Amino acid sequence: MTRLKLAVIIVAFVALALVPPVAHLIDEPYYLSLFARIMVFAIAAVSLDLILGYGGMISFGHAAYLGTGAYAVAVFSFYGIDNGWLQLPMAIIASALVALVIGAICLRTSGIYFIMITLAFTQMLYFLGISLEVYGGDDGMDANRSEFVSWFDLTEDINLYYLILAFLILSVYIGYRLINSRFGMVIRGSKSNDLRMQAIGFPTFRYKLMGFVIAGAMCGVAGFLLANLTEFLTPEYMHWFRSGEIMIMTLMGGMGTLFGPMFGAAAFILLEEWIPELLELIHQGWGEHWWVAFGPVLVILVLFAKRGLWGLIPDRSRNDG
Amino acid sequence: MTWLLFVEQTLNGIQFGVFLFLVSAGLTLVLGIMNVVNLAHGSLFMLGAYLGATFLAWTDNFVLAIILMVPAILIIGILVELIVLRNMYDRDHMDQVLATFGLILFFNQAVILVWGPESQGMNIPAFLDGSIEILPDAPYPIFRVAIIAAGIATAIFLFWLITRTKMGMLIRAGASNGQMARALGVNIRLLFTVVFGLGAILAGFAGLMSGPISSVESGMGEDMLILAFVVIVIGGIGSVRGAVVASILIGIVETVGRSILPFLMGKYISEDAAQTAGPALASMLMYILMVLVLFFKPQGLFPARTG
Repeated sequence: MTRLKLAVIIVAFVALALVPPVAHLIDEPYYLSLFARIMVFAIAAVSLDLILGYGGMISFGHAAYLGTGAYAVAVFSFYGIDNGWLQLPMAIIASALVALVIGAICLRTSGIYFIMITLAFTQMLYFLGISLEVYGGDDGMDANRSEFVSWFDLTEDINLYYLILAFLILSVYIGYRLINSRFGMVIRGSKSNDLRMQAIGFPTFRYKLMGFVIAGAMCGVAGFLLANLTEFLTPEYMHWFRSGEIMIMTLMGGMGTLFGPMFGAAAFILLEEWIPELLELIHQGWGEHWWVAFGPVLVILVLFAKRGLWGLIPDRSRNDG
Repeated sequence: MTWLLFVEQTLNGIQFGVFLFLVSAGLTLVLGIMNVVNLAHGSLFMLGAYLGATFLAWTDNFVLAIILMVPAILIIGILVELIVLRNMYDRDHMDQVLATFGLILFFNQAVILVWGPESQGMNIPAFLDGSIEILPDAPYPIFRVAIIAAGIATAIFLFWLITRTKMGMLIRAGASNGQMARALGVNIRLLFTVVFGLGAILAGFAGLMSGPISSVESGMGEDMLILAFVVIVIGGIGSVRGAVVASILIGIVETVGRSILPFLMGKYISEDAAQTAGPALASMLMYILMVLVLFFKPQGLFPARTG
């Protein structure tokens, strides 16, 4: 990694750490929740990139784990159990299990089949969420914030913010360790030539499945944080549009890079916030139609800017993390 | 639950299945022959319904609306192919997914810009209104029968096209080995455009037929798209025969499962539990079916890449 990139990352994390005091100073708590949301989706995008960018597994169902993590919070909360020490492990275990089942079935296939089946499974969970009237059906339901008794108080927005930041740093660290480990090398090798990896003796299916589960569990944590942030649960978290959005974030930031997806998530959510306001300034009523503009922008991004935002930063060595 | 209700539900299932076939036939051709993931197929379905509703309002004639809709959706389909998809054939699937996802975002909002946010009404034409008695004392809406007839006609047309015509021969050649077909002098680019246009017409026609029985609104194509994916995965990519079998299968499983499962489960577990678990399980039924098929036949029921 070049010095410039290292500097960008350090600046980014310092800036994220400084958001709460600055937001407090200028009395705009809105920025606190905005950047908290960015970081939650950054975790989701980083986890997706582990299998998508590094593993070549085009999972169109990453929102499933986001939803599973969120359900872990809200369902416990529904039964009056707000203990975060219980909810967080449950979010991780549940989303890992969902990823294990989905992965075990989907990884038997490849190519277009893989995309369509991951998509179909996520949609199945979405419809399952809608049909569960007990847990609010498609209206969703409120959820209390998790309680980490005698450690920290998540009802304070600032504490939640720093918890999310800590998890983001942890996710990036885990990602860094993974992709540079032997395990990660096998997955990356299988992306470029699966048959060859098998021929030299690696049971790639097991490696890929493990990677799939790790990414799912990581995204489950993002779901756990999302439910805490919004204090609300809705099956919409699992809608396939959410999967698409996480994919777009990864692409915008730069697929197959460790830090790119983080910036992609920030760019996507900030655009989502600001473009409508900008359009509204130009002409009243344009704001709600921003997708008309964003759709073609996405097509153009795919066609011409494959390396993403992270790839825009000048770089001498091309094989960085 | 009476037998009459069961028969009616089965008929509904077949109707839904035929309907799914109309949606997935075009998509399976595009996927199988062009090897392109086209999420925008659902958007073409939606545009077919919107255009149909508009032409119906203009002409007040259902048949005329269909006749006008076909060239309109064909032009849109060809434009989509020329402007976006043509640049995607050599790219990996990820790019195709994202680019066509962008198209969905565009079209969903574009119809709101053009037609407004409220859903469009479409009346059942007078000559298809009313119901007939297929079995004694079991009236069934004529329009649903018309959908079944349209689906069967489409299936016959596609079989004829693919197995009996020169174009069908080219389509099969392109599906089994595009490179070789190209080397032998087939204009694959043109063939792709034609196939995509055909897929667009099928999607648009399905959308139009769905207009009178569901609401014409932005985003109506997406649920259909995912159902079509399930159909294609079960039937085997590129196989029209597979699409026929899988759509009918899914249609019946989905419709009959939804009405019978809560009732059946009520016999074995408490009524309350069945009312909760029944719909939940029914909503998962066709995905479970997909998993079962994939477990035994990872390439789908009819893995042949030709018609």
